[in-house]
Amino acid sequence: MSTDVKAAERRLGLWLCAPAAIFMILVAGWPILYSIWLSFNRYDLRFPQDQQWVGLENYQTVLTNEFWWTAFGVTVLITVVSVAIELVLGMGLAIVMHRTLVGRGLIRTVVLIPYGIVTVVAAFGWFYAWTPGTGWLAALLPDGSAPLTQQWPAILIIIGAEVWKTTPFMALLLLAGLALVPDELSRAAAMDGAGRWKRFVSITLPLMRPAIAVALLFRTLDAFRIYDNIYILTNGAQNTGSVSIITYTNLVSGLNLGIGSTMSVLIFITVAIIAFIFVTVFKTGTPGTEGRR
Amino acid sequence: MPIGERLTRFIAAALATVGLAAVLSGCGGGGGMTVINLYNAPQENLSRIVERCNQLADGRYRIALNTLPRDADGQREQMVRRLAASDPGMDVLGIDVTWTAELASANWIRPWPDALRTEAEKGVLEAPLETATYEDQLYAAPYNTNVQLLWYRTDLMPEPAQTWSELVATAERLASAGEPHYVEVTGAQYEGLVVWFNSMIASADGSILNEAGDKVELGRPAVTAMKQMRDFAASAAANPSLSNTQEDTARLAMESGAAFAQLNWPFVYASMVANRPDIAENFAWAPYPGIDSPGRAPLGGANFAISAYSEHPEEAFDAALCLRDDESQLMAAVHDGLPPTIESVYADPAMADPYPMRDAILEAIKTAAPRPVTPVYQNVSTVTSALLSPPRGIDPTGDERRLADQLKDALESKGVLP
Repeated sequence: MSTDVKAAERRLGLWLCAPAAIFMILVAGWPILYSIWLSFNRYDLRFPQDQQWVGLENYQTVLTNEFWWTAFGVTVLITVVSVAIELVLGMGLAIVMHRTLVGRGLIRTVVLIPYGIVTVVAAFGWFYAWTPGTGWLAALLPDGSAPLTQQWPAILIIIGAEVWKTTPFMALLLLAGLALVPDELSRAAAMDGAGRWKRFVSITLPLMRPAIAVALLFRTLDAFRIYDNIYILTNGAQNTGSVSIITYTNLVSGLNLGIGSTMSVLIFITVAIIAFIFVTVFKTGTPGTEGRR
Repeated sequence: MPIGERLTRFIAAALATVGLAAVLSGCGGGGGMTVINLYNAPQENLSRIVERCNQLADGRYRIALNTLPRDADGQREQMVRRLAASDPGMDVLGIDVTWTAELASANWIRPWPDALRTEAEKGVLEAPLETATYEDQLYAAPYNTNVQLLWYRTDLMPEPAQTWSELVATAERLASAGEPHYVEVTGAQYEGLVVWFNSMIASADGSILNEAGDKVELGRPAVTAMKQMRDFAASAAANPSLSNTQEDTARLAMESGAAFAQLNWPFVYASMVANRPDIAENFAWAPYPGIDSPGRAPLGGANFAISAYSEHPEEAFDAALCLRDDESQLMAAVHDGLPPTIESVYADPAMADPYPMRDAILEAIKTAAPRPVTPVYQNVSTVTSALLSPPRGIDPTGDERRLADQLKDALESKGVLP
């Protein structure tokens, strides 16, 4: 009897969810399916007569192309380095914000300012700062150097702009995690003679693990799609383009929907893999379920 | 007045305004004036030309000038995005000479009907006319053309060099004498580098693609051209920032006194006269240098095409014809320094003062090297500039083969843009 009621309830639940689920599939699923379909076609807007099904040919073209792999490498590098720096800096900021007694609201607001500035606007600020003749940062360099026109200096500047902008976001997420750590544990450990560092590593960090994992997941997925900072700072010249930049170039500037869609499907797959790793390895998706393992 | 009533009045007023605007922007029909939307690259005095044509149209239509972004890529991107979306809001399009094939192949611009074609072609020089033609159809009315010349200082190089080797030899002589010894050329990774390469390969009697634009040519002339470019980049003539030099950087380097010559468009003349009258006294022009003999100058310019999605094609064609007739071209040349495409305009007395180099331009246009005509020119250009950058690092035989492979892919729209 009671199982019947449960089953009926579950059925009702599914029916109630259905409209939302169908709507999601229409809105999010259709564009994805359409780009997957496009990626199996030769579909170049400049040759409207020559559209045809080519199977996996576009994938072969992209996956054997040096420009694609350069962009992929640059993207991974920017993602790993910027997220690592952000985690350390963000943790520092979160601790400062957590411990502050006076002017807590003011400090949190000030820290958040870079995150509040529109990325493109901030990127223009960095662009001019690093351009010889107009920039205060370029003026610090030896005469005649234009860092944004060289690959490595440009990548470093892009990473710097990313870190400057998104560290506050990281700090905010970590601050929420810090608030979850009960003060009593720390105090008890202090009584037992554990130093600051020991308490941080053995008590604070493990308890913050879900918060850290969520922060890392959000930022990694976000950083992997980096577009606006690069678009303004170099627009991908001198091999500084990310996968999003090269996809835009092929899709919109190159008018090649087949190749461009192939790239966006590849980005989609990569993002899915990153999310899958985080969810399975770090159990990020469902914080709070660790105890029930 | 109660709030409800106020609100009603406000909405009524707003609706009336919207209605009025709809009539003014006149979708034809209802007696309102037809508006022809012209989209063009920024040109300081284009509004004067538009005004004149509006007066000539005498109420049949009104041309509205819309300005595109400053850089060519931005202009092209805005146009192709809107054309891909079948946007009826654009009528007359000011297009760069290298876009004709692409827009025509995608069926985004209209071929000119025979009767109007005769009118648009009358008296037009052959080279600019070809840039407006694709597969024997006229797709745009030639508006302005452009050629690069060798600009040099007669006090440092009394006789202009005819070849690149002569330029390098002069630079070495000047360098050992402690004089300014740079020759400025557009060597940055962008269209300017392709323009340079295209001109070099034409001077070596070759081309990037065949005439039909569907096969890669390159070969021995390309190797010769690449070798000459690399040798130049490694010589005393090359500015250390060659791989970062665009048209304007080249102009500034010459005006600052660091260079004794530059390869550039004629806009540098007016600038030199205005900024450095002392150098301008010895500032002269000569034909573009070549490999063994005088070379073939790069060809530029812009034309007017009619969007396939225009709802008023008849008026748009008429407007385009007016925007590029003799009088309009003379205005563009005198006020904005754009070389005309109609030969007779060069003989106009009003040209003499702002255009002392007009005979040299006319002469250079006749032998100028057009860029490849293909719908995938964007890909050809990006791949070429990526491969040849920096010029100092060119490996002539290896890069010729690599470029041939990548261009072949690009032509089959299999290529990936960097």
